[in-house]
Amino acid sequence: MSASALAHHDGPPADYLSDSTVASWLLTTDHKRVGILYMISVTVFFAVGGLIAGLMRLELMTPKGDVLATPDSYNRMFTMHGVIMIFFFLVPAIPSVLGNFLIPLMIGARDLAFPKINLLSWYVYIIGGLMGVWILIFGGIDTGWTFYTPFSTMYSNTMVVTAAVTVFITGFSSILTGLNFVVTVHTMRAPGMTWFRLPLFVWSHYATALIMVLATPVLAISIVLVGLERLFHVGIFDPKLGGDPILFQHLFWFYSHPAVYIMVLPGFAVISEIIPCFARRPIFGYRFIAFASVAIAIFGFLVWGHHMFVSGQSMYAGAVFSILSFLVAIPSAIKVFNWTATLYKGSIKFDTPMLYALGFIGLFTIGGLTGLMLASLAIDVHVHDTYFVVAHFHYIMVGGTTMAYLAGIHFWWPKISGRTYPELWGKLSALLVFVGFNLTFFPQFLLGYLGMPRRYFEYRPEFQVLNVMSTAGASILAVGLIMPLVYLLLSLRQPRNAGPNPWGATGLEWQVESPPTTHNFHEPVLVTCEPYLYSPEEAEREYAHVQHVHSS
Amino acid sequence: MHTSSTSTAPDEGTQLLLSHFDDLDQQHLTSNLGMWFFLVSEVMFFSGLIAAYTVYRALAPDAFKLGSHHMAMWVGFFNTLVLLTSSLTMAFAVRCSQVGDRRGIVRNLILTALLGTIFLGVKASEYKTEIDHGYLPGRSFHVSEHDAEVLKAASLDANGNLDEAKFSRNKGQFQMMFVLYFFMTGVHAFHMIVGIAAVLIFAVLIRIKWFSGFGTTQVEVLGLYWHFVDVVWVFLYPLLYLIE
Ligand code: HEM
Ligand SMILES: [Cu+2]
Repeated sequence: MSASALAHHDGPPADYLSDSTVASWLLTTDHKRVGILYMISVTVFFAVGGLIAGLMRLELMTPKGDVLATPDSYNRMFTMHGVIMIFFFLVPAIPSVLGNFLIPLMIGARDLAFPKINLLSWYVYIIGGLMGVWILIFGGIDTGWTFYTPFSTMYSNTMVVTAAVTVFITGFSSILTGLNFVVTVHTMRAPGMTWFRLPLFVWSHYATALIMVLATPVLAISIVLVGLERLFHVGIFDPKLGGDPILFQHLFWFYSHPAVYIMVLPGFAVISEIIPCFARRPIFGYRFIAFASVAIAIFGFLVWGHHMFVSGQSMYAGAVFSILSFLVAIPSAIKVFNWTATLYKGSIKFDTPMLYALGFIGLFTIGGLTGLMLASLAIDVHVHDTYFVVAHFHYIMVGGTTMAYLAGIHFWWPKISGRTYPELWGKLSALLVFVGFNLTFFPQFLLGYLGMPRRYFEYRPEFQVLNVMSTAGASILAVGLIMPLVYLLLSLRQPRNAGPNPWGATGLEWQVESPPTTHNFHEPVLVTCEPYLYSPEEAEREYAHVQHVHSS
Repeated sequence: MHTSSTSTAPDEGTQLLLSHFDDLDQQHLTSNLGMWFFLVSEVMFFSGLIAAYTVYRALAPDAFKLGSHHMAMWVGFFNTLVLLTSSLTMAFAVRCSQVGDRRGIVRNLILTALLGTIFLGVKASEYKTEIDHGYLPGRSFHVSEHDAEVLKAASLDANGNLDEAKFSRNKGQFQMMFVLYFFMTGVHAFHMIVGIAAVLIFAVLIRIKWFSGFGTTQVEVLGLYWHFVDVVWVFLYPLLYLIE
């Protein structure tokens, strides 16, 4: 901390990337640099998780098991895929990369409330990640990312305890990030930045952070119990000794349903910034969107039982959880309607971030509607643990979170790196991702409805056509996802040509140079107006003379 | 804007302002709020367990009652007093930090750590007796003749005959009581150990004038943590030892 602060006092302000020694990165407390550290690491994990997914799709091309030798190795594959993608990519991606980078900039602060804890959260994440890789190499785990008992505690002969420790550790990284965000939003806002002048990005992250702080400890405790049961056989989940395997499901889903909102609320955050910018209109229903985020955070805690309709819980419990699940869809729908209303009569520019954002809205809507189908007791009994569920959560989590992450990376890349990227390639990647995604996952709805169970390594021959489509889609998706990696990295070789505000966006982060300096702002910030003051009348004119450097 | 000091030398009796804050008030509010939210997250940690305890207890009241009877109520009571006293000395330490009494802070912190250690010592001896009686869950768990009689009495069916299924369930739940007991008090003890270490480190650092401990941030935040650990015990004690 002191070195960079001193540099700030003495010389002219340097941008946050200027000190390039390894030590300066590994010891940094600058929220922007921690964001970059996370960006590199989530990308690596995404690549590993994606590679495993590719292998699984290859395996599923034919009805017989041929690529991955044994069913056992297939089980280890999908478990690692799930664990890596959820705990090491989806949960940290948007909050820890974009949230870390942007929240202080957006509220006019010089850093997060606890810069050292922020760095600590990255190290904790990396330790968890290394253990995950260790598991992958030395044996794997075959319980599925949900660690259901009694399989995980009594029958599985894989590295369950190590995996439990891994998830436990990684959870702390998430708690620390959440804690930092909540406190930052409370105490670090610049004068004039009232709660209702906060960008919706910040509101969403605030809600996410609350879930992280409240739900993650419950996961931690349930996973410790699994470890204890396995090591010492204390009987907490074993009916013979008075325990109850369903207890684990209650504890697990009490975390993990809210956790799905940890993954998707930050996606909402990104979309709420991009839509008004490229429609050149103030966002419609600002307060509704803000409150909807908090409402989702609260209601999310009440619906865990919809994962347990077929676990033998009482019919009444099932009915109550079903109704509550319908309620939680309301705030999500509010958001979608507000984005659509913002687009309505806007003068829309279809730049790359906007394409990704529109893709997000489409895919998320499909995922959400199928969520409602699953929340209806009767339908769920039919499609539970089939590919229908797989398609549902991939639409939400890949179609939602991953699309939003890519939208955000493209939108803020000029701010983060100071460079623009080739717009044509960007658009092409957005298109490929969208097409590839639908081709991969839409057939899975059909497969599930026809009765193909999830987590199977062989299937009946009549399912092959749809499976081949899905695998073909996956390869298109892969191309679409690798492209940004290439052209964004290549763009780093250009001179810094982005300018402070390439999109003509409102928001404090666009008023500092790209890339920003170490303590963000040179002068005290005073906020005097609402966010999203895009004027539709001026939109066209404004677009004409904004420095819009595209190197396509 | 950057009027703050960035020196890393020990503060001479004033609070240092970290460079990303505007003023001391903001810094103080931030660290307090940080600790509060951390504690909220800790509450969730325990509440999952407390919920599980409540549910299991409601399902098998007899077995849990028998388990509670084996807790040394008066020992627990003594420990509660010790812990509450330690909260008092901690509050004294915070007070001393506010009025700038360095020796007072160190003395009270050491007292606090001492009381915390007594608590842990007593707890350890309780564990020892319980383990000696075979109450440690797992493969060595052992239901004594006497306990078995009580559980049998609680497992009769409508005609007064022994309901074997119910009996074995009750035996299971009897162990469950101890699972939850050991786990909850164990997690609590872990928090105590962390707390004692933190208190001692603070005492040493303040003693060697690494920082003064004056003002309203560091010692106060440490105090919040300590009081929290006490409060958790105030919930655990009646839950595990007292409820009939
Ligand atoms: C908004 C973001 C959402 C995400 C990220 C998400 C994610 C997921 C995931 C990961 C699963 C699979 C869990 C497993 O591995 O077994 C799942 C299942 C399920 N989801 Fe969603 N979901 C979301 C929204 C919804 C909504 C809005 C509803 C209902 C209104 C819903 C209803 C369900 C149900 C009922 C299941 C269980 C299906 C079964 O196992 O039979 N989801 N979701
Ligand atoms: Cu759910």
